[in-house]
Amino acid sequence: MGAGHAHPLHLDRPSPVHALAPEVKILATLLFTIVVVATPRTEFAAFGGYALLLAVVAVLARVPLAWLAKRATIELPFVVLAVTLPFAGHGERITWLGLSLSVDGLYGAWNIVAKGTLGVIASLLLAASTTMRDLILGLDRLRCPRVFTQIATFMLRYLDILADDARRMRIARLSRGYDPRFLWQVKAFAVGVGALFLRAYERGERVYLAMVSRGYDGRLPRPEAGGATTTDWAASAVLPAAAAAIALTAVLA
Amino acid sequence: MDAQAMHIANGIVNGTVSAIFAAFAALALAFCVWRARADLDDRLAPMAGLVAAFIFAVQMLNFQVLPGVSGHLLGGTLAVVLVGPWVGALCVSTVLIIQCLLFADGGLTALGLNITNMAIIGTAAGYLLVAGLLRVLPKTPSGLGTTALIASVVGVVAASQGFVFEYWLGGTTQLSMPWVSGTMAGTHLLIGIGEGLIAATTVATVARVRPDLVYALRRFRTPPAPVAATTAAAPATVSGGQA
Repeated sequence: MGAGHAHPLHLDRPSPVHALAPEVKILATLLFTIVVVATPRTEFAAFGGYALLLAVVAVLARVPLAWLAKRATIELPFVVLAVTLPFAGHGERITWLGLSLSVDGLYGAWNIVAKGTLGVIASLLLAASTTMRDLILGLDRLRCPRVFTQIATFMLRYLDILADDARRMRIARLSRGYDPRFLWQVKAFAVGVGALFLRAYERGERVYLAMVSRGYDGRLPRPEAGGATTTDWAASAVLPAAAAAIALTAVLA
Repeated sequence: MDAQAMHIANGIVNGTVSAIFAAFAALALAFCVWRARADLDDRLAPMAGLVAAFIFAVQMLNFQVLPGVSGHLLGGTLAVVLVGPWVGALCVSTVLIIQCLLFADGGLTALGLNITNMAIIGTAAGYLLVAGLLRVLPKTPSGLGTTALIASVVGVVAASQGFVFEYWLGGTTQLSMPWVSGTMAGTHLLIGIGEGLIAATTVATVARVRPDLVYALRRFRTPPAPVAATTAAAPATVSGGQA
């Protein structure tokens, strides 16, 4: 984390997926997710096929399945929503183990869990195999407006500054024997937030002016040789193409 | 960083409605990019990054208000006060895009919905209130703080009703809409108060120490004021031309 180029979800592994150019990975993830979401919810076999595809990518990227399962808990709030749907839904109802469940609600719950989980795992694989710097480079090469990449670059840099300054201020406060943790001491927290913002801004402003005086023009220097090769495009196209094939066979069958 | 912040996931709202809102969000953001170009100068560029980082950090705070119903801070009003509506909407959407791509928070196909709610509806409601209230309230740090507090509450509740509207148009399950609307509004009223307090303290501190950084106060500055401010602050900052 020291260099500020990694992020909590990045797994540094030498793998063919990590070596792909970032822009093709972003596009492949996006297309795959669109195919998943567009699949009718009753095509149960198709969702199994998608899961299998993601498992293959995970093995290729050398991302442990346990790591994926743990990180996928981010979608838990929506799973909880899904569990309530069979009880709260309208329409035709069936009785199962003495519970009256709505059929529409059951399908809805399955829909949210299946599509949500597949989408989260696809995004996790992208995050695990791409650094922040590469991601912004990829967005830049996908013709993302420069304002976005500029804000994103600064945001990612400032995140580390904010965390570091917050830690320093906390240590300073603790070493002076003050540890606010109750509601009536909230003023200390509030003052701290404002001060943190200003300190981080003034540090960041100095960094920005230093960058401008060294020729920064809104875009970080890009590696000359960069850009995706035809092999990269072909390799990454396999995932959405296979997903689309599964979807088509399922719908036509 | 492992907080369970969560935006709308894939599969909550159907494909057609998601696509319509994605197109709407893209159009609105294109307009913001066009308007933001005039705003983004040497002072605002690092500020926009910091505001985005701040919103990013704040969105990690997740309130479990009712079992199964959680929400988080949005930060749109903070962005509006400090960097203006156009750059502010771009800051919030950048946060949403990065969260979606790097942190798997919010579905890729639901990005248009999330941007519409949080970056456009929330920010627009916040901006209208800030612009209106600042005409009435004193242009002091505490006046600005009060403005930020009120605008945050309204902006957050408006954004949550955006979700209700989208769910009504294309929810994948039939639920009673008044119930969804009521739950979302109630939850987000509490969130809005929490968010408003954070936004108010931050904005008031910045207005007290570096009023030149507050975008919302730019319009009210009388012409001689910047000259005086620049000379006074000359040792601390680079005395560039006033934008």
